[in-house]
Formats: sequence, C-alpha cells, structure tokens
Amino acid sequence: MKRTTLRNLLLTSTLLAGSAAMAQDVTLTIESWRNDDLTIWQDKIIPAFEAANPGIKVVFAPSAPAEYNAVLNSKLDAGSAGDLITCRPFDASLELFNKGQLANLTDLPGMANFSAVARSGWSTDDGAKTFCVPMASVIHGFIYNKDAFAALGIEVPATEAEFFAALDKIKADGTYIPMAMGTNDQWEAATMGYNNIGPNYWKGEEGRLALIAGSQKLSDEGWVAPYRQLAKWKDYLGDGFEAQTYPDSQNLFTLGRAAIYPAGSWEISGFRAQAEFEMGAFPPPVQATGDTCYISDHTDIGIGLNAASANGEAGKTFLNWVASPEFASLYANALPGFFPLSNEAVTLDDPLAQEFVSWRGKCQSSIRSTYQILSRGTPNLENETWNASAAVIKGTETPEAAGARLQEGLASWYEPQK
Amino acid sequence: MARRNPIRWHIAVFLAPAVLVYTAIMIIPLFATLDLALYTRVERVVRFAGLDNFRTLFLDPRWSASFWNALANNTWFFVVHMLVQNPIGVGLAALLSSPRLRMAAFYRTAIFIPTILSFVIVGFVWKLMLSPIWGIAPGMLDLVGLKSLFAPWLGREEYALTTLALISVWQFVGIPMMLIYAALLTIPDEVIEAAEMDGITGMSQFWKIKLPLILPSIGIISILTFVGNFNAFDLIYVAQGALAGPNYATDILGTFLYRTFFGFQLQLGDPHMGAAIATAMFGIILVGVCIYLFAIQTRLRRYQF
Repeated sequence: MKRTTLRNLLLTSTLLAGSAAMAQDVTLTIESWRNDDLTIWQDKIIPAFEAANPGIKVVFAPSAPAEYNAVLNSKLDAGSAGDLITCRPFDASLELFNKGQLANLTDLPGMANFSAVARSGWSTDDGAKTFCVPMASVIHGFIYNKDAFAALGIEVPATEAEFFAALDKIKADGTYIPMAMGTNDQWEAATMGYNNIGPNYWKGEEGRLALIAGSQKLSDEGWVAPYRQLAKWKDYLGDGFEAQTYPDSQNLFTLGRAAIYPAGSWEISGFRAQAEFEMGAFPPPVQATGDTCYISDHTDIGIGLNAASANGEAGKTFLNWVASPEFASLYANALPGFFPLSNEAVTLDDPLAQEFVSWRGKCQSSIRSTYQILSRGTPNLENETWNASAAVIKGTETPEAAGARLQEGLASWYEPQK
Repeated sequence: MARRNPIRWHIAVFLAPAVLVYTAIMIIPLFATLDLALYTRVERVVRFAGLDNFRTLFLDPRWSASFWNALANNTWFFVVHMLVQNPIGVGLAALLSSPRLRMAAFYRTAIFIPTILSFVIVGFVWKLMLSPIWGIAPGMLDLVGLKSLFAPWLGREEYALTTLALISVWQFVGIPMMLIYAALLTIPDEVIEAAEMDGITGMSQFWKIKLPLILPSIGIISILTFVGNFNAFDLIYVAQGALAGPNYATDILGTFLYRTFFGFQLQLGDPHMGAAIATAMFGIILVGVCIYLFAIQTRLRRYQF
C-alpha cells in the first residue's frame, strides 16, 4: 500500500517535470516581497493569465519583505534574478533602472492606461522614461465606527468645520475616544496625519510639483496649514497619546473604543478581521463646502522587466496584461485596500474598499509629498516630517516653526530650493 | 650537551590561535572601519576624502547638532547609571553580605535574573507596563490615589531618556551587585574582627573598613558601565525605534550610528559617515578608558592580605 503511494507520488512528480520540459513553453519567474500574496497569485492571478496566454507559464517566487531589496540586488548583480521584478516605488527602483538592470517600458502599449501620477513612482525624475508597470496604490482617509456615529447622531463630515464639530460631539459624549492615533512611533503623525490631510491645502500635485521645482516652500501657507490642523488634533486623541504606539491605535479602534481612525487603505483587511462593528470611511475634509478635494493615492507596488531576461517578449506580454483592467479587477478584489492604478474604474466587492476607491472619481489624486526626489539628502525630509508632525501634534513646536525648520533643512541640500 | 634552539617556536605556536582569532574578528574590522571613514561616495564613485567626513560631523551645523545631542543624551544615560545603578548595586551587595539576612540566595537570584533577559523582552515588557492605555502603571498609581502623578513618560521629551535609563538600571543592577558582593566576601574575617576589637561596627564599619577595600572593584564597575553605556543601542531601538523619539530626546550614539550607517525608511544608508561616527565613538570610549587607567587606577591603593 505504502509503496504504491510512493510510486504514484514519484510518477506524478516525473510527469509534472516532464510536461514542463516537453512543451515549448516559456516560463517567467516573478521576484516579489509580497509573500503574503503567494496563494492569491497561485490560485487566482496566474491561472487567469495562463488561460488567456497559452505557451507562457508564470512562477511567483517571493522572498521576505525585509530582505527583498538586498536579495534582489545581489541576484541582479549575479545574473540569477527572475524575468519580472516587483518594484518598490521611487529611488530604490530608479537606482536599478539607472544601473541598466530594469528595462525601459515607456513604449509598452498598456502604459497608456496609467496617469502621470500613477507612473511617477517608477519614472525618471523628468517623467520621460517609465520602467515599471504600476500595480497598486494605497489611499489615505479616515475610517470611522458607523455604530458610534449612529448612536451619537453624527453625520459624516465633509468640511473642516464639520469634522471638528463631530470630534467635539464625540468628546462631549465621552463614550468614545474621538480619534485613535499616537505619536510614539512618529510615522503615523506624518503619514496618516500630515500627508493624509495635506493635499487639500497644497492642492495635491500642483503643490507637490511646485515644491520639487522650487517655486513653493515648505514654509508657505499651503504647507503650514495642514500643521495648524494637526495642532488641533491634540485635544481629541486619547489620554497619554504621546506614548501610544501604532498597534495600540489599531486595537483602540477595532475594540470599539475610538470613533475615528486616521487611516491608510492597507488597514482594511486587518480591520475586517478584528472589528465587530460596521465601518465607514470619509476622505480628508475640505476647507469649505464645494472646494475641490485632493487625496493621497500613494503608489506602492509596481512590476518591471529584468533587462537581462531571455524571455523579454513573453515578459512584455505579461506586463501588458498586468496593465489591463482584467488584472486590475482581479488584484483589487483579492487584496482589498491595495487599489489598481489604471485609469479604468474598477468595482470592488468590499464596500469599505469601494468607498475609498470611489474618491478617485470626485477628488484629485496625489502622492505623499516627501517621497519623490525630496528625501535624497541630509537631513532626510521624510524623517524630519515624521518628527515635525509628531512635535506639532504634541504642541512642542508651532506649525510655523515646523514649516520653517523643514524648509531650512531642505534648502540646505536641494538646489532648486536654495 | 644539547644545543638550545635559539628561536623559541613554541611561544609563537601557542600565541597563534588567540592572535589569529583576535586579529580576524577584532583588529581587522576595527581598522577597516577607521579606513571606511576616510572615503566618501559621490555619484556612485568612491573616492578618498581624508578627514572630510569628520569635518562634516563636527562642523556642519546639522550633523554636529545631531552628534552633540546624541553625545549629551549618552552622557546623561551614563550619569544616571553611575548615580543610581552603582550605588544601589553596592547597597544591595552590602545587604546581601550581611550574615543575618535570611534567603540571601533567593534575593541574589531574583535581582540578577533581569540581567540575563533579552533587551527585546525588557523593552517590550516595560513599554507595556508604562502604556497609558493597557499598562498597569496608571492602574497601580490609581490604587494608591496618585493617578495624577502618571504621565506617558516614554512619550514626553523631558522624561523619556531618564525613564529608559532607569529601565536599563533595573535590568543591569545585578552586575555591580554581584561584583561587589564577591569583593565583600573576599575581605578576611580577621580584618573585620580587628575592626570590631577597635569598636568600629555597623555603618561606620562599612564606610571605614569595607568601602576602601572594595574601591578597586567599584572602579572596574565604573569603567564597565562607561563602556557599556557608550556602546548602548538595543534598549532605545526596541522601545523607541531608530528615530529615537520623541524629537530625538532619546537619541544616543548607537542609534545615531545605526540610522546613518544603515539608513532608515527613505533615508539611504551612508557607510562612510556611519564609519566616521563609529570612529568618534571608539575615540570617546578610548579616552574614557585611558583616563581611568592612567589617572584613577594607578592611584587606587590595594591591600594585600
């Protein structure tokens, strides 16, 4: 009995190996740090592609997120990297392209499906060449406890005034902590605070590009105003928020002790698993009714072609498919909270994720202000923004002083700002 | 008469393993670090920069502000250890060596156990205890009616470093205690008996007889504390992250070095500036140890029994 099982196993493995070798198939290997997504790729994405493109086989071969950059770099240097490379946004991938290790994909037909903002994470500084197909972004906003809002009779706030009125009401009632955020880990203050509400004040891409071009300064009103808002948050955070960590904030919200959570869309699947109440989401409030709204729709994952790959043509076929609406819909529904970047509107099954992605229709998209170009020098603008945002929320630095300090730091090394 | 071999090979042979291992894992990396600090990378080309990195570190207003902030914080970290950890360690050792104390072995073990715990556990457990949301610290203070004294200590610039230093004291107080305890046990009974004959007992016996005899051990502990504190990194990193918040209030040389050398978030690592900081740390520790060896240790009187 046992022997038969073993023989069967052996036979199957030979057959499997044989079938791969026999056919004239091209096998593409994908390098990635998303090992969490392995089953989604194997069960949903790859079969869909292989069904549509007979003759091309795809293998998803992820490594651990923390090691990915180092592992990928050494594999590329040694010539043993896979055909398709999952791209980190901005400088890490730009470095690979400049070294000639990522192929130029500017002429890929599917690229037409992406806006310039979506491509900015994987384009040269002047935007002339793009080297990775944008795969997914994360959107910032606020997630709220629907039960809490219903119990207190609060409408979803759309403007600044309504936002603070809602917070006041929650605070006066006392059942819930108005907002779950801490400053201990600092990055939430910058990522979920400053870069979340900021685009409404610096007008999204307009302000971000002007900052890169040097025609706006971090001490200008558009860049200081978000700090003024953050300074007001202090009164609505929980007791001892100075020592509250990121997991503390997540738990406070999912346990139903806080009403509003300044969020990134990547929280959706985690919150779905933890929270037992209905959740809703609203975009960062605008200054006055009718103002154009801007959201941070931050490019996070892309995929490119190894310049040394022997299967370049098959690789491009795959990348073109990744750029298609079919892939976008598959990927977004498999991973709620990671949104496809293509111009085609996608419909998501998860209502919370759908709410986030629907803002693209009515608001202007932008990316986090510090990520492109501006964090290449010392002092590092991203780190300084963490520090300044946390200090402003705690009230140890005024919004104006924070803006002036960041500007001084940026101007000390960045030519256009000198 | 057998001729003696003029070259005594056996000395070299016996020394070789230690010298080779020590050279490979200590001396070569040390000089490689010093060497790394003398180069800089411009547009993907590494070129010799002489002492430029040190000039940047000490004279550039931003770099030097970070450096002096880290050095000042590190000095305070050390001062807290010297003022709290070592006196408590000596005091505990004196109590433990008292012949009338019962369950001395239990106390000794209990106080020493935190020393063998990992920094990660210590940092995490203390962070949880002091957490304003889930921690037991606010609840316990509330029980005795002192809730008003509670503050989110790890999140406030003015308290965070002292809090972390005291956590580190809690963890390591066992080391001076054990060393002093051992030193106290070596004091011969004859000396104590002679003191008693002269009418010196109790506290004055400790101050006049025992303390002078354990001074060399206290010196050794001070220098161990100095070297340990100026190389510290783990506890701060575990509790506050590489940015050593709030607002760099807990940034010590170790975390400053880590951020610079390996990079952090969007900041790319700069091995050359990092090596310059490492060299500066090496220099600080070297100077401290030299002061101790030449100015203090030579003046300590030792007693032969």
